[in-house]
Amino acid sequence: MTETGGADVSERTGLRAWRAAGGLRGRQPQTAEALAPSRPDAMLEVHELRISFPTDDGVVRAVDGVSFSLDRGKTLGIVGESGSGKSVTSLGILGLHQYGRADISGQVYLDGEELISATPERVRALRGSKMAMIFQDPLSALHPYFTVGAQISEAYRIHNKVSKRAALQHAVDMLGRVGIPQPAARVHDYPHQFSGGMRQRAMIAMALSCDPELLIADEPTTALDVTVQAQILDLISDLQREFGSAVIIITHDLGVVAELSDDILVMYSGRVAEYGTAEDVFGRAGHPYTWGLLSSMPRIDEARAERLIPIKGTPPSLINVPPGCPFHPRCDYAGMTGGRSQTEIPILHEADPGHLVACHLTAAQRDKLRAERVRVTAGEDA
Amino acid sequence: MLLLVIVSAITYAIFFLLPRLAGQTPYDLAARYVGRNPIPSQIHDMEVRLGLSEPVPVQFWHFLKAIVAGETYTVGPSRVSCPPPCLGYSWRNQQPVWPLLVSDIPVTASLAGGAAVLWLVSGVAIGVVSALKRGTFFDRVSMGTALMGVSLPIFFTGQILLLLFSFKWQIFNVQYVGITQNPLLWAKNLVLPWICLAFLYSALYARLTRAGMLETMNEDYIRTARAKGLRERTVIFKHGLRAALTPILTIFGMDLGLLLGGAVLTETTFSLNGVGLFTIEAVRNQDLPEIMGVVLLASFFIIIANMVVDILYAAIDPRVRL
Repeated sequence: MTETGGADVSERTGLRAWRAAGGLRGRQPQTAEALAPSRPDAMLEVHELRISFPTDDGVVRAVDGVSFSLDRGKTLGIVGESGSGKSVTSLGILGLHQYGRADISGQVYLDGEELISATPERVRALRGSKMAMIFQDPLSALHPYFTVGAQISEAYRIHNKVSKRAALQHAVDMLGRVGIPQPAARVHDYPHQFSGGMRQRAMIAMALSCDPELLIADEPTTALDVTVQAQILDLISDLQREFGSAVIIITHDLGVVAELSDDILVMYSGRVAEYGTAEDVFGRAGHPYTWGLLSSMPRIDEARAERLIPIKGTPPSLINVPPGCPFHPRCDYAGMTGGRSQTEIPILHEADPGHLVACHLTAAQRDKLRAERVRVTAGEDA
Repeated sequence: MLLLVIVSAITYAIFFLLPRLAGQTPYDLAARYVGRNPIPSQIHDMEVRLGLSEPVPVQFWHFLKAIVAGETYTVGPSRVSCPPPCLGYSWRNQQPVWPLLVSDIPVTASLAGGAAVLWLVSGVAIGVVSALKRGTFFDRVSMGTALMGVSLPIFFTGQILLLLFSFKWQIFNVQYVGITQNPLLWAKNLVLPWICLAFLYSALYARLTRAGMLETMNEDYIRTARAKGLRERTVIFKHGLRAALTPILTIFGMDLGLLLGGAVLTETTFSLNGVGLFTIEAVRNQDLPEIMGVVLLASFFIIIANMVVDILYAAIDPRVRL
């Protein structure tokens, strides 16, 4: 543990405290001391997580050295395009990456307990009870042959020794809490008899049935229409307040994270591109990729004539990640770094206190470009 | 029920039209029922008695009526009453088809039923283990064996089994003994045909189960089941296998129905006097009424099996409505 003045640390909260306590050490070679959580009080701390899948075409590095931490009651938004490794990261935390077919390294501390080196049986016991997950498409994520009630009470009965009847009653209570009308009757319905929004509510009821302290929501609203999206997001934040869980929201929709997140982690090609508080990432975005994400998001407070600016190109294959900065082939500013973007992997460093950016642009260049961007996309409230 | 009528109509049409297309007149058909060296008047007499020169719809009506209400034939020297379901009058045996067929059903049913249990259990078990241990030695060996099972014809594996177990070591005899007479001997004598038939089908089912299981285990709801913290065993058997088995159930119904209509190759190989061997004999002797009877019986079993499968399917998969 690197000490930077105990009183000082305790005054800071969340991300900044973690950084101050030596979170950046993650890039250095692993030492024995790295095997202890750097912030024992955090609900979740992920340290240099790497997950790769050996395939016939080569090794897919789905997650390549991701570190972050999350406090109780806080929300982290993980943002990125498809294939940026955000879902694999969350599956890795739960130990749900494909058994035996993926190589995983790094540390995941859940409430101080390391999970990567824990036995599968131990992780299984924690899964569903202490950490739970909400999946993207509730229709395919719920088993078509079992009633909603059976699926929720099954989740409850794994971790609580109660009778079937009591578990079913619990399922009814949970369905009621997530806002399903007539839960006592609907508990006997099959998933296909539910509407899309209700299915996602049922999914949430299932995930929350054991009061998990960590809830991971993997694109919880992508399969839903917009009005239902808002309801589901409200529901998640209400329940978060009620249960005091730490929440990770994985999404490609910046609007979703803006609404809910305390911290934001931007992932690109399995690596962290930018990490900071929501104010930092939205207000003082430091990575050209984040700029691209922000410009490709429609904004209601801007002139209608403003065209959305998509990020050119497509995400790189995770087998042949470009040398240097993985984003450089798509980056407008890669030429400004004197060739470093093409050859050298950018290191995650502090652009502002507690605000991490992995980019070769100098602070001066970044400020200048950001100022220009503000002029171009008039109306940015920086 | 309607399906049965339609099937019988189609069967009848085929068997009525076929001889005509081949150039046979009602006179020629009637000639089959009369002894050797008949005089033309005898044949004409027979033609009238069998109603062969009547219009086709009328003949079909008689055919249907015979199935439902029975018929009396005055073909031979004496009158032969044929109680329902009367499927016609055999040329070669000079007697109604149905009783001949009925006496063969227990043999075929024993053969098909026993083999079905064997192949379903072994095929599904091998398929599941193969899917879970994909790419391992077990998977390769069992899938290689399955490929053999699918490709080797029954008359080949059957001969080998007979050669080894029946002639060389004399462990198993193949001769049908009624299950009510001696259940132990019944089973023992059917072991070889069962293994032979089940080898073919279990190979098929193992491959099907493996493919279905691999697909199911990649489904999102399996990931959900794991995310709940379920034990892997529960995930596999409760959540995985149940979904993987439904398509197999459909095929199982078809296969069993088809086999009940005669396991032709197996019965021939092992000389079991079942519906299959009956069919072979009927075809060899070009005995159209007999062939027609077999076809109707087979379609009956297939239709029944399919109905049972549909009902089971609705019971298993709540999304299916009858």
